[in-house]
Amino acid sequence: MATIEIDKVSKIYHGNVPAVSEVDIRIADGEFIVLVGPSGCGKSTLLRMVAGLETISSGTVRIGDRIVNDVEPADRDIAMVFQNYALYPHMTVRENLAYGLKNRRTPKPEIEARVAEAARMLELGPYLDRKPRALSGGQRQRVAMGRAIVRQPSAFLFDEPLSNLDAKLRVSMRGEIKRLQRRVGTTSLYVTHDQLEAMTLADRLVVLNGGRIEQIGRPLDVYHAPASTFVASFIGSPAMNLVQGELHGSKLAIGPALIDLGKAVPTQGAVTVGFRAEDLQAAAPGGTAAEGGSMPLRVDYVEELGSQRLVHGMVGDQAVTVALSSDATLRGEMPVTIPIGRLHFFDAESGRRLPWSSAEPHRTATAPDLLETAR
Amino acid sequence: MKRVQFSSPLLPYLFLAPQLAVIVIFFYWPSVRAIQSSFYLEDPFGFGSTFVGFDNYLGVLLSPEYLSIARFTAIFTATVTFFSLALGLLLAVKADAVIRGNAAYKTLLISVYAIAPPVAGLIGMMFFDQHIGPFVKIAAFLGWDMKVGLSYFDTAFAMIFVAVWKQIPYNFIFFLSGLQALPASVREAAAIDCRSGIKRFWTVIFPLLAPTAFFLLIINVTYALFDTFGVIDVMVKDKAANNPITLVYKVYMDGFRGNDIGGSSAQSVILMIVVFVLTVLQFRFIERRIHYT
Ligand SMILES: Nc1ncnc2c1ncn2[C@@H]1O[C@H](COP(=O)(O)OP(=O)(O)O)[C@@H](O)[C@H]1O
Ligand SMILES: [Mg+2]
Repeated sequence: MATIEIDKVSKIYHGNVPAVSEVDIRIADGEFIVLVGPSGCGKSTLLRMVAGLETISSGTVRIGDRIVNDVEPADRDIAMVFQNYALYPHMTVRENLAYGLKNRRTPKPEIEARVAEAARMLELGPYLDRKPRALSGGQRQRVAMGRAIVRQPSAFLFDEPLSNLDAKLRVSMRGEIKRLQRRVGTTSLYVTHDQLEAMTLADRLVVLNGGRIEQIGRPLDVYHAPASTFVASFIGSPAMNLVQGELHGSKLAIGPALIDLGKAVPTQGAVTVGFRAEDLQAAAPGGTAAEGGSMPLRVDYVEELGSQRLVHGMVGDQAVTVALSSDATLRGEMPVTIPIGRLHFFDAESGRRLPWSSAEPHRTATAPDLLETAR
Repeated sequence: MKRVQFSSPLLPYLFLAPQLAVIVIFFYWPSVRAIQSSFYLEDPFGFGSTFVGFDNYLGVLLSPEYLSIARFTAIFTATVTFFSLALGLLLAVKADAVIRGNAAYKTLLISVYAIAPPVAGLIGMMFFDQHIGPFVKIAAFLGWDMKVGLSYFDTAFAMIFVAVWKQIPYNFIFFLSGLQALPASVREAAAIDCRSGIKRFWTVIFPLLAPTAFFLLIINVTYALFDTFGVIDVMVKDKAANNPITLVYKVYMDGFRGNDIGGSSAQSVILMIVVFVLTVLQFRFIERRIHYT
């Protein structure tokens, strides 16, 4: 077990724009950190610099109390799980699990005990004498996990380990990874482009964009208070609605709609307004918009998800998505309301979040809390 | 496997016909002829032939000269195969480390080496030229008076050297492409699991390269046995008497110089059997240990 400190780390592939720039992350002992961002944002590069598979252009990486910039991957006391599993195809599952231990001169009985323990935890017992090619994707994935676990390293590094699995297996393996990590308590750095995977696994999320950190925080904190329009549109599904608005005094104008914010106004003039599809409600027919702001929505099309329906339409000339319960009545033109407290404001130029306090504070539950209660 | 439907069942055979014809005319027909004439004593001046049963074979196998040439051939083949594979692999590993991830480098190296073997052969020969050969000069400088074509050992050395030299580029290309085709993540996983690069090579990289190595082993054995004919011919310059030669060269000497068609045919049949047995053995004992991905 160990802490990982990533201090002002940058990576510049020769002559190109930085793939990672000035990233700072402090990972506590036993913490599960997820690096999330779109493809090409530098997640793998950062992870690989921690692993020692990529040189560090500038900055320092500490694992435990040791600076590891110039330490060989094998000496960093980390284990990595790759997207394509990277199992040794010519070795049996047992040999795959034992290989790293053998090279570290672990005594034979100890190797056998650890392999047996990992095989038990991951239910790999029946496959120990098979070669990887005789395993299914999910089984290979578990062998890759097992290879990391038997080493009992200071840290686990995962690079999109679930991307090659089908949707159903991905969900169950996601749970399994979380369960195993909780059980062995090993510090973990996990890379994914899938925001749902990031939300469900992370103790803390690190949202990367173009090699820079957009936001670090607990999943629900990031969800409820995205630090920028980028994070707002990346975290959560469907993506947060982002529309151009105009603030005059305490009034917010969004296209044809006019919403009264009360006293606390974040700024004046042009602003980007964000609100989540599930925070919008269909206004009661003929009712007034007393409980919040109301906007007229011209419905374009509807996506049925079973549990809810996603209504896509326009407010003025801006696209807005509303998540309604599946029994909600739909009309071609309908008013939708938004509680004032669920509005997010972002600088129209920079996209950074504008702090403001409304009457209603956002929810404060965090992902680990929810996980505790779920178990 | 993709299945193709032909409108007529004869059509595929028609497509195969030219290839089959080539194989039959240039491979099976001569083989059959060789087997046939190995049982006859042919008149050197073309006045008929007499059936002699296994006499030609006995004559060959009981000749001490033949056995000593067979011994040299075995040593020659083993040495040439070993060194050309080992050096080709060594160079490929070194080149791979340099060009990893750099496609331009790779194309350059491979295209240069692809045109090189005949040229490399020529350069190899020139190394040992009695008058201008730099290798001969260097050897002289070190006190080794090299007499290629006159001294048995010197000729054998030069033959092996040039034969290896000629074959290295070929092995290099195959090993290099084999190395480049290995999944990067498996190598990276190994880098995390094992500190020693040499140990990593023998426990992960070489086993994954084994299919390439096995293919090259068969190619190189065949090369050393047959395709070194030109090298030997230049080195011994028809004065085979005191010089090392291989079995293939002996077939040629007896058949075309000595006009002993029967004996020469018997030798080539023996060679065919040796190659066949060798190939079967390689497949049986080595191929089974190979993991194809
Ligand atoms: N070996 C490399 N050489 C040059 N550029 C690279 C290399 N690896 C990655 N990059 C670039 O660095 C950026 C980040 O890549 P990567 O870390 O793989 O992104 P992610 O894992 O987030 O999809 C990309 O723009 C990619 O093109
Ligand atoms: Mg990646």
